[in-house]
Amino acid sequence: MRTTPFHERIAPLNRTYLWEHWAGFVTAVAYQHSVATEYFATRNSVAVFDTSPLFKYRIAGPDATAFLAGVFARDIRRCAIGEGHYTVWCNDEGYLLEDGVVLRLGEDEYLATSAEPNLRHFRSLANGHEVTVEDLSDAYGILAVQGPHSVEVIRRISPEAGSLPYFGVTRTSIANHQVVVSRTGFTADLGYEIWIETADALPVWDTLMDAGADYNLIPMGMRALGMARLDGGMLLINADFEPARHAWTDAQRETPDELGLAWMVNLADDRPFVGRRAIEAERANGTSRWKTVGFHVDAAAYEAIYNNDGLAAPKEGVYEETAHSLYDRDFNVDAGAQWVGYATSFGFSPILKRHIGLAKLPLDRCTPGLTAHLELVVNHRPKYVPVEVSKTPFWNPARKTNKEQA
Amino acid sequence: MSYDAIVIGGGHNGLVNAAYLAKAGRKTLVLERRHVVGGAAVTEELHPGFNFTTFSYAISLLRPDIVHDLDLVKHGMMVMPLTHHFAPMDNGDYLLLGPDDGENYHEIARHSAEDAEAYRDYGTLMDRVVHAVQPLLDEIPPNIVSTDPVELAAVARLGGHLRSLDPKVLHMLVRLLTGSAADILDEYFETEVLKGLMASSGIIGTKVGPYSQGSGLVLLYHVMGEIDGVFGEWGFHKGGNGGFTQAVARAAQALGAEIRTEASVSNVITRNGEAVGVALESGEELYADVVVSALDPRRTFLQFVDRRELPTDLVEGIESFKFQGTSAKVNFALDALPKYPALGDRTDQYQGFINIGPSMRYLERAFDDAKYGWYSSKPFIDGCIQSVLDPDMSPPGKHIMSCFVQYAPYHLEGSDWDTEKDNFGDTVQSVLEDHFPGFGDLILHREVVTPLDIERTIGLSEGNIFAGEFLTPQMFLFRPAPGWNQYRTPIKGYYQCGSGTHPGGCVMGAPGKLAARQILGDTAP
Ligand SMILES: Cc1cc2nc3c(=O)[nH]c(=O)nc-3n(C[C@H](O)[C@H](O)[C@H](O)COP(=O)(O)OP(=O)(O)OC[C@H]3O[C@@H](n4cnc5c(N)ncnc54)[C@H](O)[C@@H]3O)c2cc1C
Repeated sequence: MRTTPFHERIAPLNRTYLWEHWAGFVTAVAYQHSVATEYFATRNSVAVFDTSPLFKYRIAGPDATAFLAGVFARDIRRCAIGEGHYTVWCNDEGYLLEDGVVLRLGEDEYLATSAEPNLRHFRSLANGHEVTVEDLSDAYGILAVQGPHSVEVIRRISPEAGSLPYFGVTRTSIANHQVVVSRTGFTADLGYEIWIETADALPVWDTLMDAGADYNLIPMGMRALGMARLDGGMLLINADFEPARHAWTDAQRETPDELGLAWMVNLADDRPFVGRRAIEAERANGTSRWKTVGFHVDAAAYEAIYNNDGLAAPKEGVYEETAHSLYDRDFNVDAGAQWVGYATSFGFSPILKRHIGLAKLPLDRCTPGLTAHLELVVNHRPKYVPVEVSKTPFWNPARKTNKEQA
Repeated sequence: MSYDAIVIGGGHNGLVNAAYLAKAGRKTLVLERRHVVGGAAVTEELHPGFNFTTFSYAISLLRPDIVHDLDLVKHGMMVMPLTHHFAPMDNGDYLLLGPDDGENYHEIARHSAEDAEAYRDYGTLMDRVVHAVQPLLDEIPPNIVSTDPVELAAVARLGGHLRSLDPKVLHMLVRLLTGSAADILDEYFETEVLKGLMASSGIIGTKVGPYSQGSGLVLLYHVMGEIDGVFGEWGFHKGGNGGFTQAVARAAQALGAEIRTEASVSNVITRNGEAVGVALESGEELYADVVVSALDPRRTFLQFVDRRELPTDLVEGIESFKFQGTSAKVNFALDALPKYPALGDRTDQYQGFINIGPSMRYLERAFDDAKYGWYSSKPFIDGCIQSVLDPDMSPPGKHIMSCFVQYAPYHLEGSDWDTEKDNFGDTVQSVLEDHFPGFGDLILHREVVTPLDIERTIGLSEGNIFAGEFLTPQMFLFRPAPGWNQYRTPIKGYYQCGSGTHPGGCVMGAPGKLAARQILGDTAP
């Protein structure tokens, strides 16, 4: 199993000794026993997450923009130099292969990250374009610095990066080491991601930790990250969707519209991209099978269900990436209740003080405010707690997207 | 003494067949020529304290329903995954694949990042192909020459099954069934050692090279098994494959079957064109309503019965059925684990297979030697140090190593196997020495098993490990002959259930199981 370029520093910090595997790398589940503390660092101070196991690519050449415009479902031509996009790419049938972040560094130069390998995939589409796709996965490590005080920490080590707008990106240096910083992240809060050359990993880490000491900068693990991203209603691969590439059936696969990502797929002009015809047909014929939406649990009802059974309602630490069925009504009260969909992520948000989740529901049940019933097993029995469809992000502080952080 | 059924041959298929017949209440007798049952799946103490899987050495294709139908776990079945594929390279580097996808990605990416990614795409598609063909392993195949409405309906169902497949899956399936392993692998991969490792599944037991058409089918065959739902994975049975056949024998006996060893059948006794029993070489005669041959088609049709009782077409078909064994085993008793310099003191690489076949060219060159009637000067070796998993295979700290070797053609041009046996063993040993310096010093005992030894010991014609080669015209609808692929023979009461019937060889049990299904249907009271 491989370790990331920061392992030497993070290993002694992992007081839980809990590690997991992510894309063939050792990654910390949690650094301290209170996952809530790590989580709150992203809401209250600042946390650092080692996101190096992501696959990293550089796409460059005179045709880079034209090429990527045909690969991504979101129109990369609208991404200015010094900006980034959260984007998706599909197969010919319009099903989502993956999502990822792409950063435009120059007229003809982009960096992209993805959870799964895409070198061969991108290259297979590059045919005929004057473009090179380079695998930088081993050349760089990436640190995500996230939380309200991330801006001060970043400013201390790179004033230039400290003035980035939301989804802005710049080349800069930290302690004389060349880095790329973007104002992006997976925590639903203000934050930055730093691409650091492997050889510079430790000195940059040290510089960052020194700069963050005054702001209680702490490392965060996978579990806290999962909770933070759920606050943002952000999709997690293999939890909220299965990448089409390795799915066996179309029933497993999902389109951007079904994933609630219709906003990023604009068919107004005639830009050809992989999956366009299928998405056009889906929209023309109204064949979306469901939509992925956020929901929140009725807090009082949740309490009552447990209390009625003589139990305290579980909150802190509830975070699941497993399926929970959703019914239209409470099956215990009404035997005519129908299964309508299911939750893919479900958890207690420590900042919102309520349980939230992501679910797949029929199109006529997706309007915010509509209700469904989530199945839980309480005291050996199924119970049905009312939930309400809600807009995502659930948590969306102004500082996350503010033009510039003061 | 009279039985409902006599099964000739106590290999695993004969035992499985007998167990199913006994389970249905049939008074069943298994006759085995050797002192031990198991056939090609035996474990033998050929050197004091060292238990060798003389012939077959790993398990994957065993149909899962047999485990439950025959209650094999209760009788001692225990299969453990062989998780690693270790492929040494000529330059001292290696490819080491294990059970973790992420780790495998990085290991392949050391050689090529594109290949590491392609490996997943290939794996997904192959799993789907396997899933598409597995149902065919559990069905009696249709009779393609029959006009019986039942058979026509079965052919139509087969067509329906194929039509129901995703076109990508169907296309890959057709490529595998008709093409070469190299064609497919070249499309996905550029890393020689990776292609060599994967292509080696395409040459096992068959006189083809990776570039020969037909190697695709052999490749598919070897990845269509599973260990607990992991498609394509192989496992090791506690005590070797002989441990497995002992468990099947116990299950058969518990179900009421009788097993007689050192009982060699000379022929099937027929009366008015019907099988009524068997004659042993001792002269003893035993009678039964049903006689089942668990041997290969040549023995079933041309040795045990008078060919004049069979249609000429069938006789000609079986006469031209290709065996041409090309595989041998060299088994070692070792004083210690071999060392692979680039891995230092690591030993986890031995938790599975050692694949000496560093490129498809290497395999093809090895095949070239066989084409012209000689064993490979640089043979392909599939090694497995099974004592790493199962300490009961050898004395503490010592090891046994099973090496499956190709190519070793049954017919040697200008010599014979009795003459060449030791030279061949030396050839294999020197290839191992090239990769594991000092290997020779570790050897306590060496057992060379040539195709001739395979034929002599267990009766597999020309030493073909699968009781007939895996070639498209010898499979499924045509195994062992068109119209005779449903376990029956033209002689009433005489059946076949060996690896020469559908689906084919390997420790799979499907032929034995499906033949029992046919027999029980035909003879339902
Ligand atoms: C060297 C080698 C390596 C292999 N490796 C593997 C492997 O790793 N994994 C795998 O799945 N498969 C492997 N195979 C293939 C697999 O072992 C065989 O396909 C399978 O075991 C055959 O089983 P069977 O019951 O059909 O026939 P057999 O095992 O051949 O059984 C036939 C039995 O009939 C007996 N017999 C012969 N003549 C007479 C007679 N006249 N009267 C009474 N009895 C008689 C024989 O002694 C034998 O016991 C290998 C085979 C060989 C030879």
